[in-house]
Amino acid sequence: MSRTPQTAEGTRPRTLAEKVWDDHVVRTGGDQPDLLYIDLHLLHEVTSPQAFDGLRQAGRKVRRTDLTIATEDHNTPTDNLFTIADPTSRKQIETLRANCEEFGVRIHSLGDAEQGVVHVVGPQLGLTQPGMTVVCGDSHTSTHGAFGSIAFGIGTSEVEHVLATQTLPQAKPKTMAVTVNGSLPEGVSAKDLILKIISITGTGGGKGHIVEYRGQAIEELSMEGRMTVCNMSIEWGAKAGMIAPDEKTFAYVQGRPHAPQGEDWDAAVEYWKGLGTDAGAEFDREIVIDAAELSPFVTWGTNPGQGVELSGAVPDPVSLDDPAERSAAENALKYMGLEAGTPMRQVDVDVVFLGSCTNGRIEDLRTAAEVIKGRKVADGVDMMVVPGSARVREQAIQEGLDQVFIEAGADWRFAGCSMCLGMNPDQLTPGQRAASTSNRNFEGRQGKGGRTHLVSPAVAAATAVAGHLAGPADL
Amino acid sequence: MEKITTHTGTALPMRRSNVDTDQIIPAVYLKRVTKTGFEDALFAEWRDDPKFVLNQDDFRQATVLIAGTEFGTGSSREHAVWALKDYGFKAVIAPRYGDIFRGNSLKNGLLTVELPTEAVEWLWGAVEADPTLEITVDLVEREVRAQGRTWEFEFDDFARWRLMEGLDDVSLTLRDEDRIAAFESDRDAWRPRTLPV
Ligand code: SF4
Repeated sequence: MSRTPQTAEGTRPRTLAEKVWDDHVVRTGGDQPDLLYIDLHLLHEVTSPQAFDGLRQAGRKVRRTDLTIATEDHNTPTDNLFTIADPTSRKQIETLRANCEEFGVRIHSLGDAEQGVVHVVGPQLGLTQPGMTVVCGDSHTSTHGAFGSIAFGIGTSEVEHVLATQTLPQAKPKTMAVTVNGSLPEGVSAKDLILKIISITGTGGGKGHIVEYRGQAIEELSMEGRMTVCNMSIEWGAKAGMIAPDEKTFAYVQGRPHAPQGEDWDAAVEYWKGLGTDAGAEFDREIVIDAAELSPFVTWGTNPGQGVELSGAVPDPVSLDDPAERSAAENALKYMGLEAGTPMRQVDVDVVFLGSCTNGRIEDLRTAAEVIKGRKVADGVDMMVVPGSARVREQAIQEGLDQVFIEAGADWRFAGCSMCLGMNPDQLTPGQRAASTSNRNFEGRQGKGGRTHLVSPAVAAATAVAGHLAGPADL
Repeated sequence: MEKITTHTGTALPMRRSNVDTDQIIPAVYLKRVTKTGFEDALFAEWRDDPKFVLNQDDFRQATVLIAGTEFGTGSSREHAVWALKDYGFKAVIAPRYGDIFRGNSLKNGLLTVELPTEAVEWLWGAVEADPTLEITVDLVEREVRAQGRTWEFEFDDFARWRLMEGLDDVSLTLRDEDRIAAFESDRDAWRPRTLPV
């Protein structure tokens, strides 16, 4: 039985998600969920120690070390390369190293060019390719869907399951299309688009669905932009987000260390070209968005669905009909220290964080550098620039971006998750307000009592210069 | 794994929606490499507030958590489930959950069931009026019972069977090892491998 993404003639047209799913089914039918084969398993230090312990207790091995790779990211320091001051953080990293050694798993440790945020590392190595199943004990695994793969986050029990069996039992999700017609206006980025989508759907709107982002605006996005969009699929509850692979995808993968070569490349591309959703295939749901209507978007609240145009104002909870939403908004404003009706541009910030698996790739750094070049970070504002991986950092240095940030007065750091979740010392202090290119504005996410506004890289840079939420056009 | 059929206990009303996993257990507590001992981390930031419901004497013995919709959205951290269990919760009732959290809960025998918002609001009121009120979450009958009232809930057949039998997923999957091996021998040669190149 050879697998092919081409739908047989006379059978029901299929979506991208269905094709990838069908080609990974090890077992189906009966009263059990489908058993899916996993092509790539990414590991990091936080969600894996208890999984390795489970293997040890049961006397099991890692079934496919050649489909497994680990990196250090959540606990890593960004102010120096090697010294982890907090002993519990250090212990967790050391535990990962010991586990990888014991079980024969490849690991990229601090100091290695491929060390960095797990979702930046997979694509940069060319390990993330179209038509795969990718999992990681991390909810932002959806990032890898940008290549036309089914990629989703799993818990530690499932990490153990994949280590032991290279498979996962999964109930088949429904499918949804988010069609973005037209082109994004000048100055509107992938981040603005996804923040807008989440504000429409709410945090649970995608629940139970694999989402395919499609339409002209999506096709026009770079691979980095597509990763930003897919990355935040989990923030509106989707099982995964995907984008059909095209020439841009192939060009991004080609030549990377793990990309297929020679005849393998040709076979792979032929396979990948057949993955797109068939004409006439039906989605269980569809959302249509007009790209022309979009503008820079920021959050005001404590979940990623609580967002508004940068040109707008903090909403009044009284205007919300749904009682649960109203009380959530009231709580959020109290936590955020915001008054209803305040224009977003009048919100002053203390900290700007540029980085994370959402916006820590080279293109994001370039965009921010372009805005900040020749300007200064405002007095009283700390700007922290944390590349998504050591390789991104290297590339940025080669392009001189580090100097642009340093001359502007920003803090140029080493790679890692950093203030995205504040597991290392990069944290907000209580009451501090940040504009952050990361993906979660939950209470305390970036440090106890810290207040987060999610923004795009361009808005982050402009905000750093202005001292309040702002876009490049405001400077 | 321990077999789960039904649980009866008093409840704690958490009148909030979108209680995300960063609230259930903040990131700073995720550094431990063990699977237990997370009770002090549960809702750590909110627990500083003496008025927070977890700090009220009336609810200290509660084993059923009743929360608003989208409970457990956010990250994949299974620590959120471990913390709830370590603290003593056996069951959660909410209108809806974050997907990964829900999956994690069922892998650890924390019974998470979905009831409509009206039922949750009724239960909040009843428990606040009488914190000693016992609530039964019955997986066998797929219903929640309290004060003579009954609400049915839906529950995936396979997940229910697994919980009731106390089966662990890895052993179940390994019954199909021959099929996994067959699938592997048939994978395309160009699929990427992580071995150093
Ligand atoms: S950068 Fe942030 S969201 Fe991404 S993996 Fe790290 S902690 Fe998670």
